[in-house]
Amino acid sequence: MTAQDAALAGVASSPHRDDTGSRMGMWLFLLTELLLFGGLFIAYAAYRSIHRADFHRAGEELNAILGVANTIVLLTSSLTVALGVHALREGRERELPRWFGVTILLALAFLAVKAVEWSTKYQHGLFPGQPGLAALPPGERLFFGLYFVATGLHALHVVLGAIVLAVAASFVSGGRVDRDAPVLAENAGLYWHLVDIIWIFILPLFYLAA
Amino acid sequence: MSATSTHSRDGAGRLVAVWAALVALTLTLVAVNRLAPGNPGIVAAILITPTKAALVLWFFMHLREEGRAVRLMLLAAVVTLIIFIGLLMLDYSFR
Repeated sequence: MTAQDAALAGVASSPHRDDTGSRMGMWLFLLTELLLFGGLFIAYAAYRSIHRADFHRAGEELNAILGVANTIVLLTSSLTVALGVHALREGRERELPRWFGVTILLALAFLAVKAVEWSTKYQHGLFPGQPGLAALPPGERLFFGLYFVATGLHALHVVLGAIVLAVAASFVSGGRVDRDAPVLAENAGLYWHLVDIIWIFILPLFYLAA
Repeated sequence: MSATSTHSRDGAGRLVAVWAALVALTLTLVAVNRLAPGNPGIVAAILITPTKAALVLWFFMHLREEGRAVRLMLLAAVVTLIIFIGLLMLDYSFR
């Protein structure tokens, strides 16, 4: 009876579990990420106010259609993560790895579009280190510098996020994460949603700057 | 049909509705940017972008279910960023 009570309270299998604390820790980490990218966006605001015309011209070099397409891909991937976490919370644990799997495929699609964009920049000589970029006016150089740092850092987060989702899905498949202890999968989902939010801000700042 | 399954469908349905709103807001933003470049495009970006972020936070990230501590933490981070950007823009606008 006592053991049953303990199991019901969720302390029998893992004595040091603290879901509220885990979630709060994740949120704190996400806020540091927010301030990291926030710093980049502040730098963007400062340089754009100085080099208005240059930022406008440099923005025309970016492919807005690819940027918007990637936005739709990431928004959809956020939905599939949310549906996976929702299924887990409802006790349909087996659905989560499938939803997270779709998300990882969408992440790969996002990175493929990114690769197309960056290789186009490379062909145009606008990649960091190429003479074409160095020959641009200072404001345009700053725009592309911020563009490559922001989208590069974001792409790194997409890669890490996809790995985190894969690990969370494997934990759910293995039964270590389930309806009664969902916080690891929920936190993986939170990370992915943050990656989505950052892109929501990157779209107007860079792709719609022209 | 049990009450639980009805409830779960509502939950998933709401998530899909939020996604549809996010896509619609994105397309609206792009349309305003293309059809009315300049100030209307900037105003649309300033209004629509934080709205999209708020939708993701509130529904996808379950902020609506979180306690006061997490909400206050987020508010502190966002207000800090707004103060930084606000003071910076004041500085650059009146040099």
